[in-house]
Amino acid sequence: MNFPILSSLILLPIVGALFLFFTKDKDGNNLTAKYVALFTTIVNFFISIYLWISFDQTTSSFQFVEERIWIKDFINYKVGVDGISILFILLTTFITPLCIVSVNNTVKNRLRDFLIAILIMESFMIGVFCALDLVVFYLFFEAGLIPMFLIIGIWGGPKRVYSAFKFFLYTLLGSVLMLVAIISIYWISGTTDVIALYELGIDAKYQNLLWLAFFSSFAVKTPMWPVHTWLPDAHVEAPTAGSVLLAAILLKMAGYGFIRFSLGLFPVASEVFTPLVYTLSVIAIIFTSFIALMQEDMKKLIAYSSVAHMGFVTLGIFTLQQQGIEGSIIQMLSHGLVSAALFLCVGVVYDRMHSRLIKSYGGIVTIIPKYSILFMLFTLAALGLPGTFGFVGEFLILMGAFKDNFLVAVIASFGVILGAAYMLWLYKRVVFGKLVNEDLKQMVDLNRSEYLILICLAAPTLFFGFYPEPLFNTIEVSVSDLINMHNLNIASK
Amino acid sequence: MNNLNLVLPEIFISLSVMFLLILGVFKKDSSQLTFNLSLVTILVAIILTVNETFSVNRITIFNDSVVIDRMASLMKIITLIGGFLVLGISSNYLKTFKIFKIEYPILILSSVLGMMIMISSNDLMVFYMGLELQSLALYVLATFNRDQLKSSEAGLKYFVLSALSSGLLLYGCSLIYGFSGSTNFDVIANQLSSNEYALTFGIIFILVGLAFKISAVPFHMWAPDVYEGSPTTVTLFFTMVPKIAALTVFIRFLYVPFLNLIDQWQMIIVFLSIASMIFGAIAAIGQINIKRLVAYSSIGHIGYTLAGLATGSNDGIQSSIIYISIYVVMNLALFSCLLMLRRNDQYYEDIDDLSGLSKNHPLLSLSLLIILFSLAGIPPLAGFFAKFYVFKAVIEQSMYFLAIVGLLSTVIAAFYYLRIIKIIYFDKEKEKYDSDHGLWLKFSLTFSTILILLYFIFPSQLIEVVSRIIII
Repeated sequence: MNFPILSSLILLPIVGALFLFFTKDKDGNNLTAKYVALFTTIVNFFISIYLWISFDQTTSSFQFVEERIWIKDFINYKVGVDGISILFILLTTFITPLCIVSVNNTVKNRLRDFLIAILIMESFMIGVFCALDLVVFYLFFEAGLIPMFLIIGIWGGPKRVYSAFKFFLYTLLGSVLMLVAIISIYWISGTTDVIALYELGIDAKYQNLLWLAFFSSFAVKTPMWPVHTWLPDAHVEAPTAGSVLLAAILLKMAGYGFIRFSLGLFPVASEVFTPLVYTLSVIAIIFTSFIALMQEDMKKLIAYSSVAHMGFVTLGIFTLQQQGIEGSIIQMLSHGLVSAALFLCVGVVYDRMHSRLIKSYGGIVTIIPKYSILFMLFTLAALGLPGTFGFVGEFLILMGAFKDNFLVAVIASFGVILGAAYMLWLYKRVVFGKLVNEDLKQMVDLNRSEYLILICLAAPTLFFGFYPEPLFNTIEVSVSDLINMHNLNIASK
Repeated sequence: MNNLNLVLPEIFISLSVMFLLILGVFKKDSSQLTFNLSLVTILVAIILTVNETFSVNRITIFNDSVVIDRMASLMKIITLIGGFLVLGISSNYLKTFKIFKIEYPILILSSVLGMMIMISSNDLMVFYMGLELQSLALYVLATFNRDQLKSSEAGLKYFVLSALSSGLLLYGCSLIYGFSGSTNFDVIANQLSSNEYALTFGIIFILVGLAFKISAVPFHMWAPDVYEGSPTTVTLFFTMVPKIAALTVFIRFLYVPFLNLIDQWQMIIVFLSIASMIFGAIAAIGQINIKRLVAYSSIGHIGYTLAGLATGSNDGIQSSIIYISIYVVMNLALFSCLLMLRRNDQYYEDIDDLSGLSKNHPLLSLSLLIILFSLAGIPPLAGFFAKFYVFKAVIEQSMYFLAIVGLLSTVIAAFYYLRIIKIIYFDKEKEKYDSDHGLWLKFSLTFSTILILLYFIFPSQLIEVVSRIIII
């Protein structure tokens, strides 16, 4: 047996959190705690880079698989990665250290506890992306609720209690049906091992109900229209680092779940329910884009834009075309980077002015030029300008959609225009225009840590915008095999 | 009579009870001594139970009226450990209220003895004897803080309603005896003709009596008042130990003599289960007093336990046993926290008293956080696995409705657990509580919290023990 690299990825943040637990909790600038957390997450990032380098891109089978008996004759602890999941792990380990650096400016009290919550969150998120057993997946998927609830509730804004409860209960409600489905799968197929289930297949007559049960959980988490309402609340009230984690990674769990479980386990049902997903996705894209146009709160606007972007993702996944699914994965990654960056951008001005309202800004371009340039870059990436990461995914999704359903693709394309509208309008109102609010003159430009974070996010946004090849190389075989398997299953039914 | 060693624990406890009574009467200021000796008694009983009965598969003695099997020995051990810890924790609390008397440990011992008899009963008469022995002791325990109005009220309420349910139960027993000609479970099972409606009546009467003892909806009315009024340590005892015994009898009664009549009783259990889960979840939302809240939450948890029983399979029984075991640990942890809310010799039991606890008592709040999330059934804590096993068994029998209702009610229940967490973590802090807690309290809190937190690492051990219990 090789070195259990995935388990160590999962465990390392917990070890870090334990270590933090035994340090003294001082109010104010708790540097030791921060360095420990930063060190842990950076080590984790390097491990995952190593994982990516040593990952064999020519095969779609799961690699670095670890299996241990967990509950005898029932569940095995099984983890492994393929081309789809490895990039999400990378995204997680990349975003978390940035969150921890950003904490400097946002979290004032109980820093140590906050870092512990973030570390535990990281470990659960990595667990979600490499779990190869349904029960293990569910465990990580649900366990993430606890730290996130606390992050929103303890360190959030004025309406934090309401938002935390809404977030928790919505997600829990969606997930319990998935639990029923998982147990049912165990009794139908005799195993909850994902690889074994891929081979066995699940009887077509059960698939529709099971698919719906999984869907209820993923749709809430994605979030899809009409169960998206928890997201704006949660985003607005969460502290910046929490919003970043939520937007960049938590939402991706559901997209990943759609690809791994909904498509992989229930091919027949996925075909059946494609119209449903299309409808909801298109509504999400158009409807939430319009809502985003009307927002006065910057964070809320970005939150609604997340819903719209995730609408593209679900659309792409259920095109069941190579381009569509690859596009969705790329879109999730780019959204992970870009939305994280946008929330951080909002965080930067919020820390200085303590307002998230668009109307209290305007004309800041001359006062904080560095910030304005970076903010510009991420705005353009969010609306999908060619040459940025955001373009690649959106383009591929629409390509896949055109292949599958012309009408849906046309309507979704309008979403791109709307996306450009609300993002550019936001940028115009915040950065350009007349400087009305005198207080804005006191603002200072990005400090070193903010600069570092945004540059770290800008680099891959540009790099992969021009050269997404390495990502495609990683996911290509896995996605094409997934589609082949899917088509095979459909043909045999 | 060569199998007398199998009931050695019971014999030992009853002898000790008599001895301690005499000791208490004749020796002055012997409370501490009685107390310590009672602890030793339970400890010895645990050792005896493990030694004498743990490896026994199934033996019936005393004219088949007492049965020693895997379930009995496991449940007895849990009961004894529960009693042991409750007794240990109690001393400081009782001393604060100046009710540290010899009767307390003796009553606990006798009710534990009653429960052990219940657990082992294979005969309606023996079962009833055990039941009454434990109930009588519990009536007195509920009123133990007799200078307080609420405590007396609790005892009286419990006595009146419990006596009523015992009456119903006894009536059911007589009906069953009348129509089957025996009080022995095995004999009834053999002589059963399923067309007897009167027999069904008998079963229903007994079920009502038992549902009352475990406070399943709609026979739960006594629980909130009694839980609130009784001294906290007694409430802890109420929520843990009698439920184990009643559940065991429930299992034995349904699955030994009346397994063939499953069509008759399954619907009843499903109803009790669903009603308890939903009612427990909804009624707890508006509570202010933690003990009342625990009462409603325990009603909900009993609902889940009954869901396992409703399946009519061995998996279901095992899952119920796992559920109740984990539930007992969680309750122990919760009450240990509750008993730590002490300031200047006064105990606080309102939810608002927890406000901002995390600022002054980070460790206590962390344990509460873990316990409450576990009670809400969020993975990876032990409470999740308890529910997981139950629903696994339920879904095995394709009882999807029960499973979905049950899981939805966990979402409702999550709300009030979250509310407490919110109060602890998000609200303004209050004055500090005392932090000089007894060793017992610290031990039981640490022990149970770690068990809850780390259960997921070794989930197989408990299953392995429980999976040896095969009733059908």
